Amino acid sequence: MERTAVGMPLDLDWVRAVRINRSAVERRADTLPKRRTVKKEWQLGWLLRAVTLMDLTTLQGDDTADRVRRLCAKALRPIRDDLLEALGFAERPVRVTAVCVYHAFVETAVRALEGSGVRVAAVSTGFPAGLSPLAQRIAEIEASVAAGATEIDIVISRPLVLAGDWTGLYDEVRAFRAAAGEAHLKTILATGELGTLRDVYRASLVCMMAGADFIKTSTGKEPVNATLPVGLVMVRAIRAYRERTGQMVGLKPAGGIRKAKEALDWMAMMKEELGDEYLRPERFRFGASSLLTDIERQLEFHVTGRYSAAHRHALG
Amino acid sequence: MTSVKDAFDSKAWGPAPESAGPAYDWLDRHGRRFGHFIAGELTQAGPDTLITTNPATGVQLAVVTQGTAADIDGAVRAARAAQPGWQSLGGAGRARHLYAIARQVQKQSRLLAVLESLDNGKPIRESRDIDIPLVARHFYHHAGWASLMETELAHMAPLGVVGQIIPWNFPLLMLAWKIAPALAMGNTVVLKPAEYTPLTALLFAEMCAEAGLPPGVVNIVTGDGRTGDALVRHEDVDKIAFTGSTEVGRAIRVATAGCGKKLSLELGGISPFIVFDDADLDSVVDGVVDAIWFNQGQVCCAGSRILVQEPVAEALYAKLRARMETLRVGDPLDKSIDIGAIVAPVQLERIRALVAEGVKDGAAMWQPSWRCPTEGLFYPPTLFAGVAPASTIAQVEIFGPVVVAMTFRTPAEAVELANNTRYGLAASVWTENVNTALDVAPQIKAGTVWVNCTNVFDAASGFGGYRESGFGREGGKEGLWEYVKAVPAKVSGAIAAAPTATSSPAEAGSIDRTYKLYIGRKQARPDSEYSLPIVNAAGVPVALVAQGSRKDIRNAVEAARAAVGWGRATSHLRAQVLYYIGENLSVRRAEFARGIAALTGVTAATARREVDQSVERLFCYAAWADKFDGQVHATPFRNITFAMNEPLGVVGVVAPEVPSLLGFLSVVAPVVAMGNAVVAVPSERWPLAALDLAQIFDTSDVPAGVVNIVTGKRAELAPVLAGHDDVDAMWSFGSAAESAEVERLSAGNLKRTWVSDGEPRDWVRSGAGPEFLRQATQVKNIWVPYGA
Repeated sequence: MERTAVGMPLDLDWVRAVRINRSAVERRADTLPKRRTVKKEWQLGWLLRAVTLMDLTTLQGDDTADRVRRLCAKALRPIRDDLLEALGFAERPVRVTAVCVYHAFVETAVRALEGSGVRVAAVSTGFPAGLSPLAQRIAEIEASVAAGATEIDIVISRPLVLAGDWTGLYDEVRAFRAAAGEAHLKTILATGELGTLRDVYRASLVCMMAGADFIKTSTGKEPVNATLPVGLVMVRAIRAYRERTGQMVGLKPAGGIRKAKEALDWMAMMKEELGDEYLRPERFRFGASSLLTDIERQLEFHVTGRYSAAHRHALG
Repeated sequence: MTSVKDAFDSKAWGPAPESAGPAYDWLDRHGRRFGHFIAGELTQAGPDTLITTNPATGVQLAVVTQGTAADIDGAVRAARAAQPGWQSLGGAGRARHLYAIARQVQKQSRLLAVLESLDNGKPIRESRDIDIPLVARHFYHHAGWASLMETELAHMAPLGVVGQIIPWNFPLLMLAWKIAPALAMGNTVVLKPAEYTPLTALLFAEMCAEAGLPPGVVNIVTGDGRTGDALVRHEDVDKIAFTGSTEVGRAIRVATAGCGKKLSLELGGISPFIVFDDADLDSVVDGVVDAIWFNQGQVCCAGSRILVQEPVAEALYAKLRARMETLRVGDPLDKSIDIGAIVAPVQLERIRALVAEGVKDGAAMWQPSWRCPTEGLFYPPTLFAGVAPASTIAQVEIFGPVVVAMTFRTPAEAVELANNTRYGLAASVWTENVNTALDVAPQIKAGTVWVNCTNVFDAASGFGGYRESGFGREGGKEGLWEYVKAVPAKVSGAIAAAPTATSSPAEAGSIDRTYKLYIGRKQARPDSEYSLPIVNAAGVPVALVAQGSRKDIRNAVEAARAAVGWGRATSHLRAQVLYYIGENLSVRRAEFARGIAALTGVTAATARREVDQSVERLFCYAAWADKFDGQVHATPFRNITFAMNEPLGVVGVVAPEVPSLLGFLSVVAPVVAMGNAVVAVPSERWPLAALDLAQIFDTSDVPAGVVNIVTGKRAELAPVLAGHDDVDAMWSFGSAAESAEVERLSAGNLKRTWVSDGEPRDWVRSGAGPEFLRQATQVKNIWVPYGA
């Protein structure tokens, strides 16, 4: 998976000119899932694709090495073989794109996934609040990269956004970018703590200018996590940035996406607003832990014609 | 069959069809043949029939009956017979029925939505998520108004039997807009659905019967324009409510002139969609989709004219083109379709012809690269950029998925372009600056202004037009006035009868007075240079007044038009001026009373009373000038919907003959108080008091042109005013013939009229009040969603 985003010099005029109408954005976000739906084979195809767009995640205080190994095993076999066979995917591996863990478990995950192509992402920079000393945050990125993480999910300093210190934010993310080396950098905006959609857009722009490969909604720890209006605003920032620079930055909604239907809504938004080329792991990821179970249940329902139960699918 | 793998790889939407089965079952249960719904029964299909088809496939759906004049008559009789019982149910009783209908609509919502999409061609998403929920909401809301009528509309009575004619673009929603308020206020109805889309009205009729609505309260007669014409002309119909084209609306205005039927018209438009350079352009694109690619653009209030500020025009066009590429046209029953089928071949032809004309006019046309379906009646979303206001497509209602765009430089120019049309139904304003939004919205001549949104509707907010987009409102309290009348006060005989001659002729020795016209604050000689003799009640000639003619009316209207800035004067200033007029009249009380007594032969005491009452009336409207508040409607989403009472502009009034002073001021004062400029024709027989008032206006700070007085023969002057295209509304308090003539001639620019139908009025007891204020204003609803 090659990196394509390189960033650009900070353009403060662009950042300051941003206008977002919250009511109109919410209206679009509300109607989009009603304008687009996929049924039958298409729904199954889309749900399987959703699995391949997943950063299967565990970020709990009580995570242990065994817990992470269990998750990695699920990442490698997210869907029961009999279901895949019934769906015509016996010959085609369906795997999640990455496993997302704290730094402490990067090595565990790297070993568990070795040779599979499933990547290891580490949350970093004082996740989730992002308020530890800058040098420490940078060191954390370097440590995770050294431990084998190929994706680094950093959190931005919300105080910089709330203070309107775009230069400060740009410089900080730029430093994170440098520290991550060739690893993909996902910048978590923690949108639930930014207050306005306009600041979500502006923070998105600044992170992209600083060289982010992905912009990501949330840590999963804020009171409000990935919502469609927030996603829509970020998608529009991604689109505007592509139009201006030609660079294609990805989106990762994380936190709160638990239902197969919600996953389809997000994918519909990506296809509708950005195009088919954004329904690929290079440009779109779900950060999720329980979403997979619901997708498995939906797939089994289509295969058997009977509504499924969670315990019929292996735990991650 | 597509495999899951193919679907995985292609990332395509795939089909997502809504089943038509239940709707077909319903049609089959009726043998796919329908009669009318009269007196609570679905009748047998008649001999003359119409075929209704699915515009997406051309497949015949059902055969319905072409209603005859006899069918209409039967329906009107049923409605008439049912009306007293319906009224006497009382508000609470009617509320229960309207509530039952609302519940019934919700229970059958999917069947209604599917049938609507089959018959009309609109996407199932729209019928399911917009039309049908709004239908239910309309009945709920008006169930409430039925409950509240006795307290909130005290002294108001139903009109009786209402004839309602609705269009094909929102068949069931327009039915709800018509039927719900009519029923709530105690009327019974005969409704004719559009010939292309009669099916949901028939299903609705069946649901009314199931919900236990008393027979005859709702009657549905299907058919084409001939059926509608029979309804319009039926003598026992008290009101016609019509939604449809301006052309047909005009014909209905003429057809109903003088017959005493109340009329409300909701007609066409080419509504402006104004984009300022500080707007959220991505959201603007969503707005345009909702404005013109909603219901295939077959929306009377479609934002079909984009006015975009120059600096952002190219950026907006680029974003629009990108979005148009992702719009999906096709099977209306597919849940992932944005644009369905055009309702009928003739409409598709019209769209094609107008687009061809636009191309010929040299405008740059753009359509998406994908292929539009060729089976069925489909048309792709189309954008014309850089269109000149002078080109045909910028002036006529295309009524299809076609939007024209042009640029503007300043807010003032945006307003000028927005108002550069005969229509005035709706407008949309996009800016992140609240100052810009709230400055521009009141300046646009339209009944609805949406700020940063478009095509949002609710039962709690009135919808309706300015100018040739019609008059009357549907929804909100303002919509209820269309379905009620004041319980009439008894007319005292003394007022209407001519006074007897008792007093002496004009005082000897007074200097001969020169009475001219009063135009633009100048005493103007009549263009004809003729005068009319004024004879007092004893038969003695006492004065000559100017004989005004059509050119004087023209001049007076021009002076009034130049004075419409009065409407932007503060309400406090208008109040002060009216108080001042009253004060100055009071100072000259004795002189006016002497004049009235000498001229009209009433006693000195009666004349003094009339002058006192006139002063009171001026004080009354001075009081109202800053108190006829608008409303904030409780519409159900995060926004402020405020209903403003705006002046009409230039109002022509033909004053009652008697009482000559009180009658004149009773019609002029409310019009002026509400911010209009007025061209008044005073009493023909006794115009002297009104002419004497000119001096008082001059000394009371009334700005030039706000009040203009043209004396002469009302039979000559009233038609000129009524026919004048720059007069916005017209009041006439004269003979039945004058009323008829005014209504007939008002059809030219569809100005609003208020006429007496020759009925005398007690100007002392019933010569003032809220109805005068409502008639002197029009309601504009401004929707302002908010969110930090």
